[in-house]
Amino acid sequence: MADTITVSVSRYRPEQESEPTFQDYDVPLRDDWAILDALNHIKDAVDGSLSYRWSCRMGVCGSCGMMVNGEPTLTCAAFLSKYAPGPVRVEPLRYFPIVRDLVVDITSFMTKLKKVKPWIVREDEKPLSEGEYRQSPDELDTYKRYSMCINCLLCYSACPVIGLEPSFIGPAATALAQRYNLDSRDQGAAERLSILSQDDGMWQCTFVGECSEVCPKDVDPAGAIQRYKLTGAANWFKTMLPWASK
Amino acid sequence: MTTEARYSLYHPKWYRHPVSVWWWLSSWRFTKFVLRELTSVPVAIFSLLTLWQVRSLANGPEAYARFEAWMSTPLAIALNLLIFVAVLFHAQTWFHLAPKAMEVRLSGKRVPDLLIIVSNYIGWLVVSAVVAWLWLGR
Repeated sequence: MADTITVSVSRYRPEQESEPTFQDYDVPLRDDWAILDALNHIKDAVDGSLSYRWSCRMGVCGSCGMMVNGEPTLTCAAFLSKYAPGPVRVEPLRYFPIVRDLVVDITSFMTKLKKVKPWIVREDEKPLSEGEYRQSPDELDTYKRYSMCINCLLCYSACPVIGLEPSFIGPAATALAQRYNLDSRDQGAAERLSILSQDDGMWQCTFVGECSEVCPKDVDPAGAIQRYKLTGAANWFKTMLPWASK
Repeated sequence: MTTEARYSLYHPKWYRHPVSVWWWLSSWRFTKFVLRELTSVPVAIFSLLTLWQVRSLANGPEAYARFEAWMSTPLAIALNLLIFVAVLFHAQTWFHLAPKAMEVRLSGKRVPDLLIIVSNYIGWLVVSAVVAWLWLGR
């Protein structure tokens, strides 16, 4: 096995260039290095001007998502050796505006996330003296999968609808809406449904299914959206019944 | 840093990659998705053909003979073959997507995806067998 590998990194320095270019770096090919370790090596020892986001190095914080050889990837969870003999192409997350090098602006996502009220909504709060809201393991199990989302945004970069219709609320925000809808303590499902039934909501999804393929936490946002569509359709049907309350 | 900066400090000059109209050719998975969506066109054509068949049937034996004559032309056979392949592809892709759209729970436990896919195939086989029995048993 060769002892180095070429990492081809997308650079965008707005003060120097009008569009991104690639810069090649040769880095040691170590079995225990992930793509993120290679980037850290470049930053520390080769070129300190490289900008990228990272934090935990263990697939929890969701900061280091990038396009690796054209696939949305969590760079701390992808070993360099998997891409040997190289070269490995590292680019910023697709469909997001690039601020600098590998750093993208995620304001659009933050706005969408807030829209779906990803917190427990209560119409009536129990007094503290009555104690906590209890939940059985089965009740936890219904939403647990969706609660694993780390907001890494790989699903947004995997979704062609986001590329074509940037206003689409997107996979992670819908999965997180579903996470609270299915929580036995929550009472905000109707509110969220009216938000997600709007033009930019779940009906924009054409079920490409790539969001679930790239998800590093096995959240299955595609499944969440399709199930949500089913709920939406069933709800609409109920309002159409002659005895429905308008 | 050059002095010709075309951005100001507090307004970073973002770069947005344009999305090509050929995005769906960039990966086989996207191409497969677009093909799956396009199968709706042959399915729609088949529905029109069926409506035409019913109308011919209602218009009497002569009209139905005209319909049958057209259906045995090479063009109609080729069209039907295309529709058949498209419908097979359509059914297969949707069967495999079905577990994503429906989460079935039996006594609190999630039914495995494979079971939902297989039950779809079994349903398909049963319906096909009934149709074949009706057709061949004439």
